[in-house]
Amino acid sequence: MPEQKKDEILYDHNHDGIDRRGFLKCMAWAGTGTLCVMKGGILNSYSLSHLDELDAAELKGELSFAQISDSHMGFNKPANTDVARTLKAAVDKINALKKHPEFLLHTGDISHLSKPEEFDTVDQILKGAVAKQVFFVPGEHDTIGDDGKQYLERYGKSAQGDGWHSFDAKGVHFVGLVNVLNLKAGGLGTLGPAQLAWLENDLKGLTTSTPVVVFAHIPLWSVYPEWGWGTEDSAQALGYLKRFGSVTVLNGHIHQTMQKVEGNITFHTASSTAFPQPQPGKADSPGPMKVPAEQLRSLLGITDVNFKRGKHALAIVDSSLQEGTSSAESSGQNY
Amino acid sequence: MKPATKMAVVVCAVAMMLAIALLSFANPAPQKTMGNPSQVKIDNFTFTPNALTVPVGTTVQWVNRDDIPHTVVSDDKTTFKSKAMDTDENFSYTFSKPGTYSYFCSIHPKMTGKVVVE
Repeated sequence: MPEQKKDEILYDHNHDGIDRRGFLKCMAWAGTGTLCVMKGGILNSYSLSHLDELDAAELKGELSFAQISDSHMGFNKPANTDVARTLKAAVDKINALKKHPEFLLHTGDISHLSKPEEFDTVDQILKGAVAKQVFFVPGEHDTIGDDGKQYLERYGKSAQGDGWHSFDAKGVHFVGLVNVLNLKAGGLGTLGPAQLAWLENDLKGLTTSTPVVVFAHIPLWSVYPEWGWGTEDSAQALGYLKRFGSVTVLNGHIHQTMQKVEGNITFHTASSTAFPQPQPGKADSPGPMKVPAEQLRSLLGITDVNFKRGKHALAIVDSSLQEGTSSAESSGQNY
Repeated sequence: MKPATKMAVVVCAVAMMLAIALLSFANPAPQKTMGNPSQVKIDNFTFTPNALTVPVGTTVQWVNRDDIPHTVVSDDKTTFKSKAMDTDENFSYTFSKPGTYSYFCSIHPKMTGKVVVE
């Protein structure tokens, strides 16, 4: 029987100035449409329904991007027999954001069975996004049967090795990592020595004040190893990132939002645009969670990320696909 | 043989038989599936039976009853390697050599199983 686990929100007790009460209150709302903004080490939380009241300057970020994940194009079973429709709804949601994202990050499981038509459909739908540029990392569903060859041809033209890559936007350094290849029996996600060596080198020349965003499919922290929700050799990668003042790790794979802060590193996982999965240990297996139709959209979502120069960390806002949640409190899931 | 020795041999033999019986009771031979004896069902991210014993020359069939695709790949990644099986699809492999074949799902590597070929 899988053991019951509490929310995986671990708090760093290094007296780094983060207000714990505010942080926990914020986390209680996470996933229902909350803006969490870090200012001088203090985390402030704002419900999306009151955003209009806030000083626009507070929300104006210098860089805005959105993360979507786990579109699983080709999946056609309960609880979602039309994942194309919910992906379109996610794109609509992104297009309706107050501050248009400059680009999108897709943290993998673009397709469900690595079929060409599945990738094609996602590409087609994403063309409707206001942000024309999309950066990808593969999920394990994107590299089935060919060790990621098709994925690389489609999305990894300017990437290294198995598809890892980095780029800069408005002074923020982005790193896309691949942890879904060369998986071993009984194992977790893996980065591998070649990628780790590349990462160490890629980060070398950056000043510690450069904000870094790392995105990869499988979580880089141990969310729930029993279900494969973790990366075997992520500790080494995190070691290279430790010196930076602000690191944000964006992952997918688990089809639910979760957040953890460790020193200067904020880990965040996104909802899927296709189907939800159970919380760690709350089901026999991490398969698709069947929910009543009216509840589905409250458990799918997008993530909006804003960076304002001078602020300690990026502001990460999750919002569900439920109709009308763009400016209202979602009645969606509470963990 | 002296009567005492004969007795000793008999006692030893009985003891051994008892031990073997107890051992096999405590560690039952890997289960075979009811119905088709050389079929492995995949459901809920699990291979059932997890350990399957078959005679040399058997064709084992894996059937995916889960609502998520899975694969069957031998640990060495070369002996056998299925395509992705969606729900109700299957994969077969004929074991022509004895041995223990551990395998896993390459999409969800935490899923493991083995086939023992005798």
